[in-house]
Amino acid sequence: MASTFDTVANIIAETCDIPREQIKPESHAIDDLGIDSLDFLDIAFAIDKAFGIKLPIEEWTQEVNDGTATTEQYFVLGNLCSEIDSLVTAKQA
Amino acid sequence: MRLEYFQLIDRVEGFDRAQQTIGVAAQVPAENSIFEGHFPGMPLMPGVLLIEAMAQSSGWLLIGLNGFSRMPFLAAIKEAKLRSFVTPGQALAISAGLVHEGSGYAVTKAEIKVEGKPVCGAEITFRVVPFPSEAFRASMEEMARRIGFPMEAAANG
Repeated sequence: MASTFDTVANIIAETCDIPREQIKPESHAIDDLGIDSLDFLDIAFAIDKAFGIKLPIEEWTQEVNDGTATTEQYFVLGNLCSEIDSLVTAKQA
Repeated sequence: MRLEYFQLIDRVEGFDRAQQTIGVAAQVPAENSIFEGHFPGMPLMPGVLLIEAMAQSSGWLLIGLNGFSRMPFLAAIKEAKLRSFVTPGQALAISAGLVHEGSGYAVTKAEIKVEGKPVCGAEITFRVVPFPSEAFRASMEEMARRIGFPMEAAANG
């Protein structure tokens, strides 16, 4: 069974045409991979479908805009995968 | 269909909250200046306007599902297929269904049929955001009434 990171990295590679080997847990989706907001919608859609969850993008964006969170918390892929795992666990509880 | 006002649909003929679908009717005008250029001697309804008609139908579906609390804005079109010509005067039966409702975005699948035959289809992504103003929201409600949107069904969401 693929890890959360492998699944997310494959989604990003396919959606954004980024070589898979460039996508690492420490990669920042925006700053390092250059993913824009429209591409991120596609990625969110694919992640929502793959994991059966609803990424709270609006809530995250609000937190970043309010200064209560950094983009690194949600858009560094290792952190994003931790958030996904938490959402999956919460859904199964 | 009032092309001059970019109103590509005429009336809502079915909104099913449980099934998350909508049916919409639109009549392509028999005459319009668009057909003088598209194309001389062979008037065709432009494919981009058929796609817009599917987007507007999907938009009403999403507004209905969220109870007129948020406005969908077109973000992406995928898998768009224009299967056959649509000519002046033809009646369009447009249908759309929700594929996925995400956080701040939604994806629909829409199709247009003429005389029961599919003429085009697409998967459409929208950003869904709070209405930028109360006046804007009110104007959408007014338009909804004009096109026969079942406001009660939307309010019961």
